Amino acid sequence: MIEIKNISKWYGAFRVLTDCSTHVSKGEVVVVCGPSGSGKSTLIKCVNALEPFQKGEILVDGISVGDPKTDLPKLRARVGMVFQHFELFPHMSVTENLTLAQIRVLRRSKAEAEAKAAALLKRVGLEAHAAKFPGNLSGGQQQRVAIARALAMDPIAMLFDEPTSALDPEMINEVLDVMVQLAQEGMTMMVVTHEMGFARRVAHRVIFMDHGEIVEDAPKDDFFGKPRSERAQQFLSKILQH
Amino acid sequence: MLALDLAFFDWEIISRFIAKGFAFSVELTLIAMSGGIVFGTLLALMRLSGRKWLDAAAAVYVNGMRSIPLVMVILWFFLLIPFLIGRSIGAELSAIITFVAFESAYYSEIMRAGIQSVSRGQMHAAQAVGMTYAQSMRLVVLPQAFRNMLPVLLTQTIILFQDTSLVYAIGAYDLLKGFEQAGRNYGRPIEAYLLAAVVYFAISFSLSQMVKRLQVKIAIVR
Repeated sequence: MIEIKNISKWYGAFRVLTDCSTHVSKGEVVVVCGPSGSGKSTLIKCVNALEPFQKGEILVDGISVGDPKTDLPKLRARVGMVFQHFELFPHMSVTENLTLAQIRVLRRSKAEAEAKAAALLKRVGLEAHAAKFPGNLSGGQQQRVAIARALAMDPIAMLFDEPTSALDPEMINEVLDVMVQLAQEGMTMMVVTHEMGFARRVAHRVIFMDHGEIVEDAPKDDFFGKPRSERAQQFLSKILQH
Repeated sequence: MLALDLAFFDWEIISRFIAKGFAFSVELTLIAMSGGIVFGTLLALMRLSGRKWLDAAAAVYVNGMRSIPLVMVILWFFLLIPFLIGRSIGAELSAIITFVAFESAYYSEIMRAGIQSVSRGQMHAAQAVGMTYAQSMRLVVLPQAFRNMLPVLLTQTIILFQDTSLVYAIGAYDLLKGFEQAGRNYGRPIEAYLLAAVVYFAISFSLSQMVKRLQVKIAIVR
C-alpha cells in the first residue's frame, strides 16, 4: 500500500532524512517512534507530499508521490491524515469540517455528506457536538473530530502524526480508543507516536528512527522483546521507565 | 476679530451642496474598500505565491504605491488619462479608479499579514483532505485571515474615508467640496470649513469607536 524507497531530504545543507526505506502493507498498522528531531514527522508528511523530498521514491497504492505529473490533491484525498495540533477549521462547525472536502473534492451532495458526517460523529462519540465550533471542544474531542474528518473521505490508509502529543493526559485514551478500533477493523495505518501501549496492542511492526535514519524496523514482538540496536534499547528504557 | 456665524447653515444648504458631496465620498470609500480588498488580496497572494516573478511584480507595485503621496497619484492619473485614451473620463471616475489602485497596495499588506497569521498547519490540513492550493486558500486560509484582520481593514477604511477629501485636487465633488461651495455661495468659508472638520471628525471618530468595540467582541469569540 505504502512503499517508501531510499528517501532522503535536506533543509538547505541540513540533512533531515537519510536513505529511509520501509513499507506499510494493506491492513497493516505500523508505529513510528524515536526521539524528537529524529525525522519521524517529516517522513510521514512525505507520504502525502505535504513535505517534499529530494531523493528516493514513495509509492502510495502504486502511484508515485514525488512524480511531478501526479495529481497530488487526488492522491491526498485518498490518504487520511491526523495532525498533532488537530488543525480543524476554526471558522466552521464540526459538521462543516466533516462535509467541506466531501462536497468540494468528492462532489458528494450536501445531504449525502451530512449523513456521512453524522454517522462518523456517532462513531467517535460526538454526535451531540455536531453544531459546535472546534474552539468549544476539548482537545480530545477535537482530535476525534479530526479523525472523523479524515475518515469522511473513505481513505485507503490513515497517517497519524503524533495524534496524542498535544493532549492533556486524561484525554489521550479517548483518542487512542478510536484508533485502536480503526486498527482492529483492518485500516491501513502509519502512526507516529510515543504511545507504546498503543503499539503493543495493535501495531504489527514498529519502526525506530534516530537522526533522520530508520535504525530499526521490526515486528512488534521482536521490537519490544529484544531491540537489536543500542539506540532503540536506550530509547525504550527511557520512555518505558514509568 | 473673528466672529463666527453658523446660522447660515440650514437644510437647504445640506440638500443643495452637502448631500451630493457626502454621497460621492461614501461611494468612493465603499468602492475603494471593496476593490482595494479584492485586488489587495490578489496582490498578497502573488507575494506569498513562492513564485519569484509574481512576488517581485507585486512587490514593485505595492512598494511603489506606498512610497508616493496619494494626492500625486490622483493628479497624475487624472492628467494622464486624456493622453492615453484621447479623452477625459471625468474627475469622479478617475478618482474611483485611482483610489482602488492606490488602496489595493495598503490592503494587500494587511491581507498578507492576515494570511501569515493563519498557521501553516491549516494549509496542510486543507490539502491533506484533497483540496487544491486555490481551494485551501479560498475556503480555509482566507476566511480566517480576513476575520483576523477585520479591525485593521476597517481602520484602514476610516483613513481612506478621510483621504477621499484629496480629490479636491482634481475638482471632484466630494463632501469637502460641498462645504467649500456652500461657504463660497454664502460668503462664509471659515464657518463652512469648520463645519466640514466637525463632520469628518464625527464620522471618523464614531466609526473608530465601533471598530474598537468590534475588536473586543472578536477577541472574546476567538
